[in-house]
Amino acid sequence: MLGEGIIKGMAETARNFLGSYVSDERLTTVQYPEERIPQIENARQFPFLVFDGDDWHAGMRCVACQICEKECPPKCIYIEKSKDKKPDYVGKPQIYPAKFDIDLSVCMSCQICVEVCPFEAIKMDTEYELSTTDRFGGLMVDKQQLAKSNDYYRKIHPTEAAEVDARLAAEKAKAEAKAKVDAEAKAKAAAAPKPVPPAPAVVAA
Amino acid sequence: MVESLDQIFVSLKHALLGFVPGNWQALASAILSLLPIFVIFPTLFAITTLLERKGLGRIQNRYGPNRVGPFGLLQPAADGLKALTKEDVVPHAADKIVHFLAPVVLVIPVFLSFAVLPVGRNLVAVDMDAGLLFFFAVGAATELSVFMAGWSSRNKYALLGAMRAIAQMVSYEIPLILSSVGVVMIVGTLSPVKIVEAQGTYHGLLPDWFVFTPWGLAGFIIFMIAAAAESNRSPFDLPEGESEIIAGYFIEYSGFKFALFFLAEYLGMFAISGLGITLFLGGWHAPLQSLEVIPSWFWFFAKLVAIILVFIWIRGTVPRLRMDQLMNLAWKFMIPMVLINVVGAAVWHFMQPGLARWLVSIALVVGPYLWLGKSLFQSKHLAKRTYRFAE
Repeated sequence: MLGEGIIKGMAETARNFLGSYVSDERLTTVQYPEERIPQIENARQFPFLVFDGDDWHAGMRCVACQICEKECPPKCIYIEKSKDKKPDYVGKPQIYPAKFDIDLSVCMSCQICVEVCPFEAIKMDTEYELSTTDRFGGLMVDKQQLAKSNDYYRKIHPTEAAEVDARLAAEKAKAEAKAKVDAEAKAKAAAAPKPVPPAPAVVAA
Repeated sequence: MVESLDQIFVSLKHALLGFVPGNWQALASAILSLLPIFVIFPTLFAITTLLERKGLGRIQNRYGPNRVGPFGLLQPAADGLKALTKEDVVPHAADKIVHFLAPVVLVIPVFLSFAVLPVGRNLVAVDMDAGLLFFFAVGAATELSVFMAGWSSRNKYALLGAMRAIAQMVSYEIPLILSSVGVVMIVGTLSPVKIVEAQGTYHGLLPDWFVFTPWGLAGFIIFMIAAAAESNRSPFDLPEGESEIIAGYFIEYSGFKFALFFLAEYLGMFAISGLGITLFLGGWHAPLQSLEVIPSWFWFFAKLVAIILVFIWIRGTVPRLRMDQLMNLAWKFMIPMVLINVVGAAVWHFMQPGLARWLVSIALVVGPYLWLGKSLFQSKHLAKRTYRFAE
């Protein structure tokens, strides 16, 4: 019948109109500056450097191996190695980056730096409100701006952080066990009587 | 007390006229009658643009504008400021005088048509005996302006839009006028004031408005569809086609002239809705006898706002009609329906009140509707395509 579709359409429209006042399903707008949609766990924006503990400089995991710098497709990472060394999470002295700059206006969030890092030092952040009015250097972030704690990493990517923490803890435990075995062996070797050199054979004259 | 609230504007005007010396009385009376039209209807226009944007937003599962002022209530002010401060661009090759005059020629007849609408008891600006004829004549003058706008812009798309707009408006004038012929026949006069008075009685549950009769309901629906087409309102807004030929005949207009076109389109919608209320919905009468304590002008504007909301509802629901679908609807469906409607009005008038009258009237509305509706749905007979030269 002529007009049937229009009447059904008008009923649907009226349902939309009245429903938008009572249910969220009929009014899905999120008013941006006041509200934000929470991001899913796998969201990624730009990289950041992870540090353990409270001191961002002493606890930073990066050892300036420069693998991420070489693998980065748009070459947005710039690293300068330090001259001295500082201990890493198992206690072994490692060099650290004196400078670690990422140009966020070049970074394409491909996550390759995260995938190749052998030390779990660089991970993807979810912060996206980074716009600035300085169009030349405003998006160049340095080491201090990039350093964020492991607690922050655990908050934004809980599953990944739990896995990384477990792995690092296991390696640390293995390294400590090995160190203990080595120490015991060395102690045993020290405590054992020294082998007396055989007395020189007296030659009968 | 109730009487005085109803007649408050009339009393106000008489009081103000007392301050005016004798030989200025006529001019002052004219100005005092017309000033409210220039104040109220543009204000209603501002409110309608806001209602429309927020209403359409809610229909489309989003908020409307809600940043300017609480709940976006100051949005019309922001829109007005924007329209006034935009640069007025006139194309180099355009016909300057005609280009300038087109919005003016559009706005003036629309304001003229408000003069004959009875907005309340004793509240009509000009009480003409041929008020209905005047209204339709002046409404047709708006079509000239559409063509002036399209022609003077010297833009082929504007011209195309203007041609389509005129074709649409001329085609829908016929159902518009013929649907009011039924009412004129029954009441016997062309004066809007007397037509409203003829709908003033109450019988039983429903008032005696013409919309509560079968031919009146059909006539009202035809009138409203033709009214939507006359004011280029969705789903008939192809000439102005927002997403197709951008703005059609007023594509070359910016700033204040564009605001004038916009204003005139909405005011035209108000005027024609006002006429529909006068003809079919009982003008300024209350729906129930007991509600007559509420002033008459309140009822007129309540009905006007209700019709505006229905227009907004339809705009949010129905997709735009293509030009040929639009013309088919006008000539093949609406005109036969409205001619049969005139016969139906006469049948209703001359038969005795009772069940027989109702049955015959309803049959005279429903029968042609179903038959003509079926003819509109007929698919074209498709044959294998033959090419004359390409064989």
